[in-house]
Amino acid sequence: MHPPGFAADLEGHRAYLMRVARLQLRDDAQAEDVVQETLIAALAGAGFSGKSSLKTWLTGILKHKIVDAIRRKQREPIAVSGFGDLGDELDIEDFDAMFDRTGHWSPPPADWGNPEEALGRRQFVEIVDFCLERLPPNTARVFMMREVLELETAEICKELSITPNNLWVILYRARMALRQCLEQNWFAADASRRGAAGPGTPATP
Amino acid sequence: MPPMFGHSFSCNEISRLVSRLQDAPPSSWERVKLRLHLTFCVACRRFDAQMRVLRDAMRLYRS
Repeated sequence: MHPPGFAADLEGHRAYLMRVARLQLRDDAQAEDVVQETLIAALAGAGFSGKSSLKTWLTGILKHKIVDAIRRKQREPIAVSGFGDLGDELDIEDFDAMFDRTGHWSPPPADWGNPEEALGRRQFVEIVDFCLERLPPNTARVFMMREVLELETAEICKELSITPNNLWVILYRARMALRQCLEQNWFAADASRRGAAGPGTPATP
Repeated sequence: MPPMFGHSFSCNEISRLVSRLQDAPPSSWERVKLRLHLTFCVACRRFDAQMRVLRDAMRLYRS
């Protein structure tokens, strides 16, 4: 049996599940359906052992519901899962611009100091979210398939009918954009916080 | 890396390899190439560390 308040705990994760589902399916009604199915399956199932966090467990259920929904969608002859503009995203934002003509970093990546401290902070996850929102939509979708839904690369290629090479390029671009965004919005600010006269340092009376 | 090592040794190429290693196992030649490059290149060592932070951040995001 589930502990009291379990349904309310599940409900607390609805907004997160909706964001992930909406990004994957590009369709609000379908996203609501898979999230609803996920929450119902979670309530009905006895699978939650408490070994992982509730959110991780729910993400695992959602993953299967989303993969099923993508498969159903691909069987429909029209609109091949709305993935037509992926080619455009492969062309834009060439990260070769991060390197000079000889292939050296320009500018080189910064030293992120003590990342363990960042990973322990609640606001850091908010900055990660902010950076994910700024990715081109299909790039974000593929990156989340890999890193949030934890699909194997072969599965992603199969579901989206793309080659492993395409996939590696998309994931590379996502990671390059995210590291740049995190560096600018978190670690640069973090470094100035560490500095004695950084702009973020509150004045002491 | 000095240019004599050729294009496949550039930071640009190494950064792509670092990313790909999160999704597919490297060949033994790629492993050697990467280790050698990281020994000499501070910038790519930082990038490699940043990619691990990103992976940890995404683990945090979904849990």
